[in-house]
Amino acid sequence: MSRGERGDFAVIGQRLRKIDGLAKSTGRAAYTDDLVLPGMLHGKILRSPHPHARIVSIDTSRAEALEGVHGVLTGGELPTPYGIIPWTPDENALAVDRVRYVGDGVAAVAAVDEDTALQALDLIEVEYELLPVVLDPRQALEAKGTYEAGDYIHPPRKEGWNGNVTKMVKLEFGDVDGGLAAADLEVEGEYWFEGTTHAAIEPHCAIGLFEGTGRLTVWSSTQVPHYLHRELARVLRLDPAEVRVIQPPVGGAFGGKSEPFDLEFCVAALARKTGRPVKILYTREEVFYAHRGRHPFDMWYRTGMTRDGRLTGVDARIVLDGGAYASFGLVTTYYSGQLLTAPYDLPAYRFDSTRAYTNKPACGPKRGHGSVQPRFAFEVQLDKLAQLGGFDPMELRRKNVLGSHTRTINELRVTSNGFLECLEAVERASGWKERWRRLPFGRGLGVAGSTYISGTNYPIYPNDMPQSGIQVQIDRSGRVAVFSGGSEIGQGTDSAMAYIAAEEFGVPLEHVRVYRGDTDFTPVDLGAYSSRVTFMLGNACVDACRRLKAQVCSAVAEYWEGDPDAVILRGGRAFDPAEADRSMPIRQAFQLAEARWGTLGATGSYNTPKDVHGSYRGGTIGASPAYSFTAHVAEVEVDPETGVVRVEKIWIAHDCGRALNPVLVEGQMEGSAYMGFGEALMEEQVFKDADHGRAGLHDAPSLLDYRMPTSLDTPDLEAHIVESVDPEGPYGAKEAGEGPLHPSIPAIANAIHDAVGVRVDRLPFSPPRVWRALEEARRAGRLAKPAHPAERVAEGAS
Amino acid sequence: MSPGSRIVRFRVNGDPVEVGVPEHHTLVEALRYALGLTGTKQGCDKGDCGACTVLVDGRPTLSCILPVHEAEDRDVITVEGLARGVEPHPLQDEFDRHGAAQCGFCTPGILCSAAALLDESPAPTREEIREALSGNLCRCTGYTKIFVAVEAAAARLRSAP
Repeated sequence: MSRGERGDFAVIGQRLRKIDGLAKSTGRAAYTDDLVLPGMLHGKILRSPHPHARIVSIDTSRAEALEGVHGVLTGGELPTPYGIIPWTPDENALAVDRVRYVGDGVAAVAAVDEDTALQALDLIEVEYELLPVVLDPRQALEAKGTYEAGDYIHPPRKEGWNGNVTKMVKLEFGDVDGGLAAADLEVEGEYWFEGTTHAAIEPHCAIGLFEGTGRLTVWSSTQVPHYLHRELARVLRLDPAEVRVIQPPVGGAFGGKSEPFDLEFCVAALARKTGRPVKILYTREEVFYAHRGRHPFDMWYRTGMTRDGRLTGVDARIVLDGGAYASFGLVTTYYSGQLLTAPYDLPAYRFDSTRAYTNKPACGPKRGHGSVQPRFAFEVQLDKLAQLGGFDPMELRRKNVLGSHTRTINELRVTSNGFLECLEAVERASGWKERWRRLPFGRGLGVAGSTYISGTNYPIYPNDMPQSGIQVQIDRSGRVAVFSGGSEIGQGTDSAMAYIAAEEFGVPLEHVRVYRGDTDFTPVDLGAYSSRVTFMLGNACVDACRRLKAQVCSAVAEYWEGDPDAVILRGGRAFDPAEADRSMPIRQAFQLAEARWGTLGATGSYNTPKDVHGSYRGGTIGASPAYSFTAHVAEVEVDPETGVVRVEKIWIAHDCGRALNPVLVEGQMEGSAYMGFGEALMEEQVFKDADHGRAGLHDAPSLLDYRMPTSLDTPDLEAHIVESVDPEGPYGAKEAGEGPLHPSIPAIANAIHDAVGVRVDRLPFSPPRVWRALEEARRAGRLAKPAHPAERVAEGAS
Repeated sequence: MSPGSRIVRFRVNGDPVEVGVPEHHTLVEALRYALGLTGTKQGCDKGDCGACTVLVDGRPTLSCILPVHEAEDRDVITVEGLARGVEPHPLQDEFDRHGAAQCGFCTPGILCSAAALLDESPAPTREEIREALSGNLCRCTGYTKIFVAVEAAAARLRSAP
């Protein structure tokens, strides 16, 4: 393991337990669906059976008359459109006049139990007028006509525009045509990244409670309580001061719970309508249709390189299949290009990305938002260039690394950068030098690298307020209480805040309490997305702790008639290392401070630096206060007869700046590599067309048919932490939750090539697809292990 | 008692229980709704994900597809019944120590599958652990820390007096 500056810490960097680990392993942790409120009703949502249709009429009278039904809701009652991105509010809590995918919500019912609610749904009569259906993004972009006739899924934003376009981004940095013209070697490739979904094991769930005073409380399995708070107030037309969002522990999210969903608005509106608390729990099928997962990307890349292995230019065109609504799509379209400019130094780069609407569930952010797909294509392009130029792909990557403390071609500021160490770590651990190109036919190794943001530099809605806030109280008992708005979705945010407080105050971890997930008593944190929490909330927590610590140290120094800077809080004591007799239990130190300053509490906050982005339109998107770096080596075995690919092992090296707790960082690295592996070989979120069933129907909306890896499928995963110690991260920490997913897929693709000499540029690498590539190579008489560059040079010379 | 409901008697975590539930309810519904034992989770409600796994007469069982009347007279152990008083089961403790529970939602089911494995096979190989947990999907961990935790718990149980 490579380590940065060790630092002198008591808690940070230790292999510690999580503060909520035992609650989770004993079944005590209460998730949203585990909560039962007195008098609670159960809700269900009626969903469209059509992928695109106008709603002519809805008759709810028979449902309302059913015994046990307390309220029925339709879209017209909540007409305010919403959307996680303030510039693209194109959704309604329930469809108002048009449904845009199979599964779009049309009406909702609250009843005494789920059975009655389901029965009531059957009694709602909806008359639809069917509209043209478009499932293919390229067809969507070619559409001509009008919104009214159903040629477009949404009204065009300007007269004469195509209403099927969410966003177009074209950006060019440097002289791309010149760079490509000057290249000695060039690779052009088309790549297809199939859509995938998050499939967190906890289905979405929400409970609404409306009190007579006009006050709304919503419990939800959300990863963005703050944005939910804002949107609830807007759509329900309530004063935000009357809305409270409570976030119980979340049973996995991965980006799939990072915007408001119909159920949250429905429980709120039904609670207001019925005067009773209302719970809605999605079925697994509804989770698949709610989606917001990885966009399918249709990608084209041209990459140029000099004979000595320096990149000269990159040109990219991408079509994103967005599904029926915008979701985060505006950002996804930017991310599809903006996040490719590290860890390699691109001298010239251009991308042209367009996101299309189609009549399928909306795509959104999944772990590695918008950048996992281009990373797959780009890292395979690099592998092809290495092959063409006779380079070890590990070496080619080294030749092109972007350094630390620099700017990328698109002007993003990069601070710490441990990418070279990551490459070294996986090269060494995998035995790359001895084994790449040397394993027998059918077995191979592949490498890939990547970068990712430690939080997006700008909030989703423009404002100058902090991105993260936290409040800390200490008292005479010796206890530290942290009030955190952080979203605990399994990544260990609550624990990370506890480690920071324990480090700063020198108290045992057991004496730190983290009170969390309630917008009524915790300061605002923007949510668990874009890998922002450790960096941003961590910095806020350090800030709050240090303000309070200064009061403690000054009170103790006053008591000793010494210097506050000489007072150390550590190991349960306050002491002056230079004076042996100056030492007291931390509790006494807190008591001195409480006597000196009164009741002790402090808030802390973090906001991002404002000079780290590009100077052009869109240059703020992709900017982050710090970037993580990752390298993977994957080892595969390919059966040349059947096309079955087995991934034996993935070595993962990740520069997380500093590991606040290595156990949790490794867990993020392993979980990321697993998820990427699943996308590489198994997972597909695909929909039927009219020729293969009913258009717009999900092909496999169950956890059996949507093939995610089991314990038998998952390869051995070996995590190597690299610590570059970031100058601005808390104790030097950067993100670890999303970056380590990126290289999995291209590393596996490149390993398949090393194993059998064929390229599969379309995901997933399923047996039929790999078999076809093998067959093509076999027929052409070129099915063989690729030669090692050393041998190729020798051949060329002879 | 409304028509279509029935009374079912069985033992949960050693205690006799008697629940009146709609006939079509499954064991997980009886556990969660009638008995308030919410430690057992519902992830798919159709037997695909394993989150609802409990032990029925010692065997790992998908409680979301077991009609509740089939639990009549049987012994059900849920995640709440693995601990001995305040002392967590070694599996629970090792899951905590090794970070084997991230979001924790699959954890109760995995613990029940693992407990059954360790009852039958005190020194399972990594392959046997993979096999025993193959009906329990975890979306967070990549399984690695789960395997390590199960191995650590097995070692502890073997060395226990």
